[in-house]
Amino acid sequence: MNKTVSRTPGRTWRIVFLIALLAFLYLPILILAVYSFTTSTQIGAIRGFSLQNYVTLFTMPDLRNMILGTIVLAFGSALIATVLGTLGAIGSFYSKSRFSGAMNAINQIPVVNADVVTGFSLCILLVVVLHISKDTYFPLVAGHVTLCAPFVYLSVMPRIKQMDPSIYEAALDLGATPFRALTKIVIPQIVPGILSGFALAITLSLDDYFIATYTKPATFDTISTYVVNATKGAQTTIKTALWALSTVIFLIVVLVVLGMNIRAMRAEKAVKREHI
Amino acid sequence: METTENIIELRHITKVFEDDGFTAVKDFNLEVKRGEFVTFLGPSGCGKTTTLRMIAGFDVPTSGDILLNGKSIIGLPPYKRPINTVFQRYALFPHMNIYNNIAFGLRQKKTPEAEIARKVRKVLDLVDLEGFEARSVSTLSGGQQQRIAIARALVNEPEILLLDEPLGALDLKMRKEMQLELKAMHDKLGITFIYVTHDQEEALTMSDKIVVMNEGKTQQIGTPEDIYNEPATAFVADFIGESNIFGGVMTGKLLARFCGGEFQCVDDFPEGTHITAVVRPEDVELTAPRLGTIRGVVDSVIFKGMHYEITVLSGKNEMVIQSVNSARPGDLVGMRVDPENIHIIRAEDHTNTFYADINAAHRLEYNGHKLETSLTRIIKGSKRMEDGSILDGNGEIIDPSRMRVLVSIGPEDIEMTDEQDAGLIQGTISNLIYLGDHYMYVIHTDLEDFVVYDEDLWNMDDRVSLIMPVEKMSFALRKK
Amino acid sequence: MHFSRKSLGIPYAVFLLVFVVLPLLVLVFYAFTNGQGQFTISNFTGFFTDPNTLGTLFYSLLLAAVTTAVCLTLAYPTAYILGTSKLKSRSVIVMLFVLPMWINFSLRITALKEILTILEGNLAMYPFLNAVIGMTYDFLPFMILPLYTTISRLDGALTEAAMDLGADRTRTFLEVVLPLSLPGILSGVSMVFLPAMTNYVVLDMLYNSTYIMGSLIGSYFSAYDWHGGSMISLILLALICIFTLLTGGSEETARGGALL
Repeated sequence: MNKTVSRTPGRTWRIVFLIALLAFLYLPILILAVYSFTTSTQIGAIRGFSLQNYVTLFTMPDLRNMILGTIVLAFGSALIATVLGTLGAIGSFYSKSRFSGAMNAINQIPVVNADVVTGFSLCILLVVVLHISKDTYFPLVAGHVTLCAPFVYLSVMPRIKQMDPSIYEAALDLGATPFRALTKIVIPQIVPGILSGFALAITLSLDDYFIATYTKPATFDTISTYVVNATKGAQTTIKTALWALSTVIFLIVVLVVLGMNIRAMRAEKAVKREHI
Repeated sequence: METTENIIELRHITKVFEDDGFTAVKDFNLEVKRGEFVTFLGPSGCGKTTTLRMIAGFDVPTSGDILLNGKSIIGLPPYKRPINTVFQRYALFPHMNIYNNIAFGLRQKKTPEAEIARKVRKVLDLVDLEGFEARSVSTLSGGQQQRIAIARALVNEPEILLLDEPLGALDLKMRKEMQLELKAMHDKLGITFIYVTHDQEEALTMSDKIVVMNEGKTQQIGTPEDIYNEPATAFVADFIGESNIFGGVMTGKLLARFCGGEFQCVDDFPEGTHITAVVRPEDVELTAPRLGTIRGVVDSVIFKGMHYEITVLSGKNEMVIQSVNSARPGDLVGMRVDPENIHIIRAEDHTNTFYADINAAHRLEYNGHKLETSLTRIIKGSKRMEDGSILDGNGEIIDPSRMRVLVSIGPEDIEMTDEQDAGLIQGTISNLIYLGDHYMYVIHTDLEDFVVYDEDLWNMDDRVSLIMPVEKMSFALRKK
Repeated sequence: MHFSRKSLGIPYAVFLLVFVVLPLLVLVFYAFTNGQGQFTISNFTGFFTDPNTLGTLFYSLLLAAVTTAVCLTLAYPTAYILGTSKLKSRSVIVMLFVLPMWINFSLRITALKEILTILEGNLAMYPFLNAVIGMTYDFLPFMILPLYTTISRLDGALTEAAMDLGADRTRTFLEVVLPLSLPGILSGVSMVFLPAMTNYVVLDMLYNSTYIMGSLIGSYFSAYDWHGGSMISLILLALICIFTLLTGGSEETARGGALL
């Protein structure tokens, strides 16, 4: 929709509305970020500037372990989920419609299901019925892969569908073995879908609370489970160190988004230039 | 008289888009009589759709006025104008069935439902889609959607029907059919049609009046016959039909020199006038070499079914000829053209002019590049002081911030190159016309458009850098 | 061995069977058995006869409905303003609204809790209000994104066509824009409504004493009552199925679209 008639009145109101909503979303995080650089233990009066919270965050073994644990879990399960989901999507796409239809349907279950139910049902199967100890981390990793793989499947599938179906045949026609045609021709075509599936898997794992709660070893914590427990506790050192963690994560997210946007904008500009 | 009354008038319409500063339409003037079929014709980006959108009310002109029945409608939103549009991609509402799509406009006017039903049936009958009321949009073919879009607009009995390239998405056969049907509908209903297209054949077939547009400006307004037979500019000649277009000069009374020969013509211009000569391929007669006004060697012959298309090289000039007789490549042939079949247009002056700034160091600068010339040579009687500043003839210091220099350079003096850093400015080729022995290019840059003559063929939209030798430039000092 | 593209799907098919289908079967088995492994429907009848669990169900539905309504009221204008804006920077502004999705929810709720505590003092005083605020804060981006995607893809020619046919702004909005943005609304609603019934940890963190459906599973889990927990899970699953069928099952577009 380009260049339409006169601006409607209330342009100012629109801007005010957007800003108010952004304030609602960001003020809590930003206020906490400010306080994370002070010695205050409560929002209110600002006391002296201090980096103590950040020192605690990176030196306290408890905190360090749960941050590292969360990251390792996220990358590990995202990796497994990406391999499984991608191969699943390729296999399903080239299979008979009944098989792929069933696969699509089952794949949809964890997507629409509540995480509480997914976590609880996995816990019953693996821990209660099969007696696999949570301390083996197997239930936890399996849970996170179950959470993530369907989304990888969903983000790879449209890429395969978009692909020109004859390029695989062209590769075979030119003498490539099916395996080489797949690795050299098909997979490179769907890389964007695989990458976005991987990234999605990581964010899902990082943000998960319920599946971890129902499947994790008692001594292990992810950021989510740790923070939830910490808010119930009364330890102020940990509470304010978590303010620092929230600030760090906020900054990382902002930087990543900024970087992605700049890259996208550059690409867009290049495309535009070609079209002039 | 009722019949000659203008239903709509556009006066000095200019449209500059705020977001990118692009001037889509420049000083556009048009009068449309009630019941006329008017077509805006031009290449994409010529401003024809923007003009249509301003009539519909979707865009507001930056300046100028639009009068409907003598009254300004500039301030009227689209929904209050008695004008309806057939959109390029039809814009049928996908969540409504055919009946509700067509009834939409009538319901806005609170028409009684019984009358709506009657009118919908009638208009469906008009577009030959009786019984389609309950169908959903997605079940229709492109041609059927097209008809529904026309029906949806016509049912409101608009004073003017606007059609924005309505046949663009149809296949050739469908298009031909719809052209005739639209024309028949126009004749039957007596509604004023304003039609936008880039297809010259479509325009010639259907219109009472054609408005040829290019780069936001009107090139010519006239009947299809006028436009075809008497193109007003080289652009029109090139855009409508196939033409041989040559640059030339008047060498005597009704005598024009172009394409390496001297031709009798019927257009009277003073001797010495630079001209553009237009010759349609079907008007060139092949003769024995000694009988022709000019001679040339046959370069290629292509059989086109109805005729042969023969390309003859005469010196550096190229002449395309349609003939029922074939020829053999390599043949030496003569060519002659009846005087009344030569159309002479006064040549547009293609000298490029642009302003260069005087920078703080009192040097001439354009597009961030220094022009290696001496300002003292440009300004009569001036001299450069030791601190670099310049005194004019009256001994007064020239203030660089208040003065600039108008630079002129002929189109033949500019050289195009692929090396983007080699020239003064870079741009893309937005227009090209073959003028017999060279091409005329319009290069669209961020600053201004340049006209360049070049013997070689470049592609449209090529990005080129323009080399402009300082010694070919002429300069004039101007106040800012 | 002959290599076949189809066989690539086998590992994932097996994975889905073991970790998605099998747990659900076990869930069904546990829901309809007692501690001795005997078939029973007492878990089922228990749920629907106990005023506490029934109250929790209705409270969950109410909370989810209110949260969804609040999110929709806030998100629709936002998405509409952004989706119809001609600003070059609009994708950046959209990014601003979506960005909180990528910050760990527990940290964001912690931040919200601190602010709410300053404003309200004791959070337990307004459990319903705080639950709505907390969930809106958590889920709002998930409502904005699908709405924005739908509205920004809306063909501008359709609104122009409506105006061309005599509809003023209000009628153009009601008769064309709103019906055509329905898929986005449904997708956004399913992104908010279901989590609002189950995501009890938001309530937990805000010192909320009230129970929603998800909390029931949590409490059965803590009490090692697998049979009761399974029944609640099954009832939730049924609700989710009904809801997904009603909204056309468009959830994956929204959650997956989070990555743009």
